[in-house]
Amino acid sequence: MSGIFEYNGGSIVGMKGKNCIAMACDRRFGQQMSTITTNYQKVFKIQDNILLALSGLNSDIHTFYALMEKEINLYNLKENRKMKPTTFANLVASSLYERRFGPFFVTPIVAGLENGKPILATYDSIGCKSDLDDFQVGGTGGNYIYGACEAFFKPDMSPEELEEVIGQSLVSGCDRDSLSGWGGVVYVLTEQKLTVKILKTKQT
Amino acid sequence: MTDFALTTFSSKGKLLQIEYALNAVAKGDTAIGIKAKNGVVLVVEKKQSSILIEESSVQKIALLTDNVAATYAGLGPDFRVLSQQARKLVKKYDLKYQEEIFVQTLSRELAEDVQIATQRGGIRPFGVSILIAGYDEEGPHLVQLDPSGAYYSWKATAIGKQAKNAKAFLEKRYNADMEIEDAINTALLTLKEGFEGQITPTNIEVGVIRDDHVFRILPASQVKDYLEELE
Repeated sequence: MSGIFEYNGGSIVGMKGKNCIAMACDRRFGQQMSTITTNYQKVFKIQDNILLALSGLNSDIHTFYALMEKEINLYNLKENRKMKPTTFANLVASSLYERRFGPFFVTPIVAGLENGKPILATYDSIGCKSDLDDFQVGGTGGNYIYGACEAFFKPDMSPEELEEVIGQSLVSGCDRDSLSGWGGVVYVLTEQKLTVKILKTKQT
Repeated sequence: MTDFALTTFSSKGKLLQIEYALNAVAKGDTAIGIKAKNGVVLVVEKKQSSILIEESSVQKIALLTDNVAATYAGLGPDFRVLSQQARKLVKKYDLKYQEEIFVQTLSRELAEDVQIATQRGGIRPFGVSILIAGYDEEGPHLVQLDPSGAYYSWKATAIGKQAKNAKAFLEKRYNADMEIEDAINTALLTLKEGFEGQITPTNIEVGVIRDDHVFRILPASQVKDYLEELE
């Protein structure tokens, strides 16, 4: 299978702002050159203050998300408390490494707010965690989104600015990448609320 | 390893093996724990059967991780096995979450191992009650874990030979506003009450954790100072 990470296509991006974080993803679910659906979810709300974005093989996106849901639910029941974003970030890393020799073909991004402080972490498919100060991309359109992010990003943006910047970066990246697009979704998380916005990309 | 359970119900609905295990605990050297506002103290008798024994080689308070330690009353080797299992549990948790484990979580997971010994084929229950003392994000904790696998959180408690008298003594002396220094003194006084013979810095062991989340087993010199203060 040449390029198992490219088989379904799709792009994700995560960004830090001032006391807020944002995640965005495209909506395409394809099988190589065919598009199957244009409403596939790739960003998941794990907890009120944690978002998980996944790019890669869609089957593994779904399975890995289900595994993380199970872990956090059991944790909430056993420990009788919420999971901290940094703890969840470590859980993702150890869960990916557990499958070192038969990995999940996903590249996750975790974003959250811990006591108001923004948390952003990214991983390769076998759990190498990197904590980031600004933004990170994933998926087939990643490199195109990088360019737009580098140009527009500045630290400590407000939620409104962040939404604008991450949205524009995602859209310009996905418009270039043939395997990503067919709409975008932007999530902005602050202490008070989570806003979800659907964006239009080039319809191809 | 046999296929059949050794611990089975009596007609009265009791698990006699667990009752007998508790008897073994009741014969053991006394251990006392007190939870203060800002820390927890563990104090345990370390009476040696012979003066020829190297006192320093006997360690009755085991560190489970930086912020949690345990002591026991009952069979020493059983405690050794359980404290080793507890240390592994802590590390397993650490590898998965990279977070300081909560005392309640550790107690619950260790209790699972203790309970299994009351229900699995071919093995007997553990002959120890364990006192777990720790300080986590939620604050100070003192937990007692029994051979049945039941665990209880305490403000102050005692296990072993002098448990009954010590607890009666503690009920009068304990107050919720206690600071850790008061708790250490009270614990030593409580142990002294029922102590056979002279209490010395080498025939007891004292462990303390404060709000810095670091459990320390006090060296004999510090124990000597505390004992002198009691006079």
